[in-house]
Amino acid sequence: MTQPQVLILRAPGTNCDQETAFAFSMAGANPIQIHINQLVNNPKFLSQSQILCLPGGFSYGDDIAAGRILANQLKLRLADAMTEFRDQGKLILGICNGFQILIKSGFLIPSDTDGLPATLTWNDSGRFIDTWVHLNVDQQKSVFLKGIERMYLPIAHAEGKFVPRDAATLSRLANNHQLALTYCRSDGSSGSLAAPDNPNGSIGNVAGLSDETGRILGLMPHPERHVVATHHPQWTRLGLSDRPDGLAIFQNAVNYFA
Amino acid sequence: MSTSAETQSSPHQHLQQNAQLWQIDLRPAPGQPDRMAAEKLASAHDLQLSSSLRIQSSRGFLLQGNLDQSTINKIAVDLLAEPVVETYQIGRPGDPQFRLTLSNNEIDIAAARNLVAESPSHASPSSPPPIDPGHFDGRQVYVLPLPGVTDAVAETTLMAIRDMGIEVDAVRTYRRFRIDSLPANEFSRLQDKLLSNSSVEMVVLGDLEINELLVGQSYRFDLKQIPLGNLSDEQLVDISKQWQLSLSLVEMQTIAKHFQTLQREPTDIELESIAQTWSEHCSHKTLAGRINYDDGQQKRSFENMLKETIFAATMSLRQQWGDDDWCVSVFKDNAGIVRFDDDHNIAFKVETHNRPSALEPYGGANTGIGGVIRDTLGTGMGAKPICNTDVFCFAPPDTPFDQLPPGVMHPRLIMKGVVAGVRDYGNRMGIPTVNGAVYFDPRYVGNPLVFCGNVGLIPHDQSFKQPQPNDLIVSIGGKTGRDGIHGATFSSAELTEESDITSGGAVQIGNAITEKMLMDVMLQARDLKLFNAVTDCGAGGYSSAVGEMGEEIGAEVWLDRVPLKYDGLSYTEIWISEAQERMVLAVPEENWTAFQQLCAAESVTATVIGQFKPTGKLQLKYNDQIVGDLSMAFLHGGRPPVVRDAIFRHRPEKPLVVETQTVTSTPQALAVPDLASDLLKILSSLNVASKHWIIRQYDHEVQGGSVLKPLVGVANDGPGDAAVLRPILDSQRGIVVSCGMNPHLGDVDPYHMAASAIDEAIRNCVAVGADPNRIAILDNFCWGHTDRPETLGDLVRSALACHDYSIAFGTPFISGKDSLHNEFSYTDETTGQRQTISIPPTLLISALGQIDDVRQAVSMDFKVPGNLVYQIGSTGDHMGGSHWSLIHGGTGGQVPVVDAEIALLTFRRIHQAIQEGLIRSCHDLSEGGLAVAMAEMAFAGGWGVKWSIDAIPVVAATIKQQFLEDNHPLNATSSVSNPLLLDENRTHAVCKLFSESNSRFLMEVSPSDQVKFESLLEGIPCCLLGEVTQDPWYQVSDQETILIRLPISELKSAWQSPLDFDR
Repeated sequence: MTQPQVLILRAPGTNCDQETAFAFSMAGANPIQIHINQLVNNPKFLSQSQILCLPGGFSYGDDIAAGRILANQLKLRLADAMTEFRDQGKLILGICNGFQILIKSGFLIPSDTDGLPATLTWNDSGRFIDTWVHLNVDQQKSVFLKGIERMYLPIAHAEGKFVPRDAATLSRLANNHQLALTYCRSDGSSGSLAAPDNPNGSIGNVAGLSDETGRILGLMPHPERHVVATHHPQWTRLGLSDRPDGLAIFQNAVNYFA
Repeated sequence: MSTSAETQSSPHQHLQQNAQLWQIDLRPAPGQPDRMAAEKLASAHDLQLSSSLRIQSSRGFLLQGNLDQSTINKIAVDLLAEPVVETYQIGRPGDPQFRLTLSNNEIDIAAARNLVAESPSHASPSSPPPIDPGHFDGRQVYVLPLPGVTDAVAETTLMAIRDMGIEVDAVRTYRRFRIDSLPANEFSRLQDKLLSNSSVEMVVLGDLEINELLVGQSYRFDLKQIPLGNLSDEQLVDISKQWQLSLSLVEMQTIAKHFQTLQREPTDIELESIAQTWSEHCSHKTLAGRINYDDGQQKRSFENMLKETIFAATMSLRQQWGDDDWCVSVFKDNAGIVRFDDDHNIAFKVETHNRPSALEPYGGANTGIGGVIRDTLGTGMGAKPICNTDVFCFAPPDTPFDQLPPGVMHPRLIMKGVVAGVRDYGNRMGIPTVNGAVYFDPRYVGNPLVFCGNVGLIPHDQSFKQPQPNDLIVSIGGKTGRDGIHGATFSSAELTEESDITSGGAVQIGNAITEKMLMDVMLQARDLKLFNAVTDCGAGGYSSAVGEMGEEIGAEVWLDRVPLKYDGLSYTEIWISEAQERMVLAVPEENWTAFQQLCAAESVTATVIGQFKPTGKLQLKYNDQIVGDLSMAFLHGGRPPVVRDAIFRHRPEKPLVVETQTVTSTPQALAVPDLASDLLKILSSLNVASKHWIIRQYDHEVQGGSVLKPLVGVANDGPGDAAVLRPILDSQRGIVVSCGMNPHLGDVDPYHMAASAIDEAIRNCVAVGADPNRIAILDNFCWGHTDRPETLGDLVRSALACHDYSIAFGTPFISGKDSLHNEFSYTDETTGQRQTISIPPTLLISALGQIDDVRQAVSMDFKVPGNLVYQIGSTGDHMGGSHWSLIHGGTGGQVPVVDAEIALLTFRRIHQAIQEGLIRSCHDLSEGGLAVAMAEMAFAGGWGVKWSIDAIPVVAATIKQQFLEDNHPLNATSSVSNPLLLDENRTHAVCKLFSESNSRFLMEVSPSDQVKFESLLEGIPCCLLGEVTQDPWYQVSDQETILIRLPISELKSAWQSPLDFDR
């Protein structure tokens, strides 16, 4: 099996890069951590890699709005390189801040004449929250989610509420199987959910989005925080699992290049 | 409808004046909630402001530069306005479109509380209440950061606009509010307390009357000398006050004499350097000074009190351990260091940031956590921060607004600000906040306490530093501004109601991302071995950092080279500024280029600001002119010793007396003390109640090493005893972090308070699986005015307990910090009398434990029905200062003591039982005692428990009752007390259920392990109390009598609701 190289992009304020690299290593990939300044100076790092990962954190402090500034830098400095990367059939994963960056740069859902059709904004509580959530998976489109039905993962964010421009946008994304991850109750049921099941008030309970190709995934939950058994908040009750939920996403990404 | 009444000039005039200044204003799009307004309204409710109040808000940017309208439009669309959820307006400050008009975005208090608490379906605005003509309507308030105060968003925005290829000169952010339907007399309270904080922000009423953004004025060099020769004592004291030096007369005399022998007068920068170095904050001169202690039974003279008590204990343990000594560096670096595994050590430091947090809770806590992170980062050659801890002390959040002393912020606002400050800094740094505690006492009203701690991981061979002669002095990270001038000397002074006016400069706002960037490059440079030493810039700024690092060599500093935030700083301001996010390194000349390139690659500012020249002198230059020339020997060794008297008098033992209502109408009610109601009340008391509202705002899982989270159990909401994490991702070795603190006991006896805090910190660690032979602890003393011999006596007595119990437990202190003079003075408005509120003696013990294999860790939630429940440890008559006593208005009684011998044996056996896998859950007994711990284990596990107190040995205890008069206020409000009549049996039951004796645990054991467990615990007080049940009821009995029977959901709700500010 070829070992894919994962470019884990760092920027000022990125803070989940090391554990994300660890998760990719566990799945069999070869992660490299590259600073945005380095990548702008030398976009070749992208052509040498098979997977691009934008990890969690507070890029540029989330000043102005979460992910906004790094999203702008990607658009201004790396748009061509990233488009080429995607068109070569490679994978892009954005976790938490990475999801915010992907959606605000237009790489997940492209802008139309009225601008971006959707965004991620402040949680209904107006505050940061760290808690665990149950997720339903639409595995039809996303290569990252093949074979996964449900997941239990932690979230840790202040600006994770998904807001589409209108109901039509939401149903278009749903019909297109792009609503890859949605918050649900512990028994998998959904519907009109409130906190804590839908922790931030996301419209349509959306927790993660796939792009049209299925090769770009953005998600608010942190799969890299559930790759070893002792990550699970109830491992002292339930015992040590040999298949922690989050690991499957990284394994799917690696297996895609098998 | 009136618009901005304060508008005095027409918008057109502004247009002319403001040709260079643009305003971009951002508001929630139609249908989107106005969150900033909602948050302010929720707090307005806390301040008991009029419920008719309505607020709308917007955020915005002021941009200065030669920009045309289409460029501004591009900046607004492409960078500033959020798609979908925001709308924007552009124009010139003062333009009429920037007057907020009533719109359907506005919300009232009721709607806001729903919005904050509930799901979006509740967010729809309710119809606005009719406007009262007596109310002031349509008032517009702009809030901007004061010039010179960190505006992180503006700094980043400036960078991002330039990144777009657009030249812009300056950026400033603002927030704007429109206030409606508020009685005019309440407006100032809203503005001062809620919309803005005058120590860091300015307010503009009406239109924004701003012509340009000032970016500093040019500085004209002027060397200042301060003649001290021939001054009288009074004049010397005046100079100390006038320059805010906080130096005593003896110290001023010593300085004057020193310069007399040099036959010259000191310059201002020399005097400031000495004041910083000699400040209480930097030198700990009181506790490390001479103290004559008298406790009535014995007298003892200390040359250096800390060295002879707490340090001495650690030294004696290290000697005792010999080759097995696992302490690496104690009481000398910025943090204490102990061994972790074959490759790594761990460093731990806890700091306080009390005074800044009293004036500006958000900024104070923000820079508090930022500062302690730099402490571990500046330990050895730099430790990698791996987790934070935070402990706070506040006055009760429900304190009525009109009972606050003048000049004091409401405790609820302080609490919200402090939590947000810690949250925003810790989360941005990517450091998990894993442990903490919150204590409430009315005496913290003027002096809230904010303890911030950080643990760091450091390779063995990087644990020590040694600057070399001729190394370059390099500053990295943030630029220098006027922030925090006189922070070190201010923190050594008492707070008064004037403090928020006179000490504004001492308050700062942090910028976490600057520190994160600094950390990223510093740790890379460490591994490349590019520098010889590093330390943080904390209190005293460069003055302390360079002065300390160059103590044994000498240093020459070129102050004009320091990068500044804005022009106009004098050489002295540059030297003593406490601007955040800066560190100082000693870089060999041959490594400078590589170091500089590394920093530049990640956009981190690094500047050579001097050189460690082997002169034994501290020489300060500005544009090649010498402005200061001090001998290191005088600076560090010239301070006259502080001599203090300390007195402790044993308080006579008094029996516990509780207040009891007389319920004359129903005499039979007196027969049965309502223990169920007592249990619910204790669970609802603020120190016990759930802190989830705070905990969930912290990222406690970043870095991927989380093993036991702060909240545990079937619904992830039970109170864990300690956090466990794996700092090295491919290793199973873990660290354990916990704390202990008990200010209520200090009023009775500070010795037993300290012993109890140590016991609590250790038993929390042991409860989750830490090895009791590998726990290191820290002390943080927060005390009142220690110039008073009685107050200092309390402190010495608790330091003696620290010494005794550190040795007895084999648990070394590795670092510590003190904060003295925590008192608040004000003039009582009704009596005209001067009043002083002193905090209770407060000692925080923080513990850092280790666990060989994290998979052995144990959580506190009940696991399986049918399992047996044991109490380990013995219960004594320790009702003094207990929570049961507190809810009954009790006084006196015996406080818990610690029997170290049996405690240590208990800890070791429990550890063995955990290692052998015999313990399914374990919880320490602390606030509220046995009954409370049992309830917590039950509702955390989602199972019931059926148990009896019969097996607990009877303790001879007395509780006296004081029957209240019928017209006593407590009789009118049954919330404080409840009917009870205590015969001997009842007294025993109360004591067994609620005594707060130390060194006790509850354990859940599977019946199949019963024999093994009981034989392992032989010789330790241990009794089988009952079993976990499927039936979700909590039932405890005494012989045949059921004492308490409650559903666990009721217990949980009582525990969760008091501090859930969303409810």
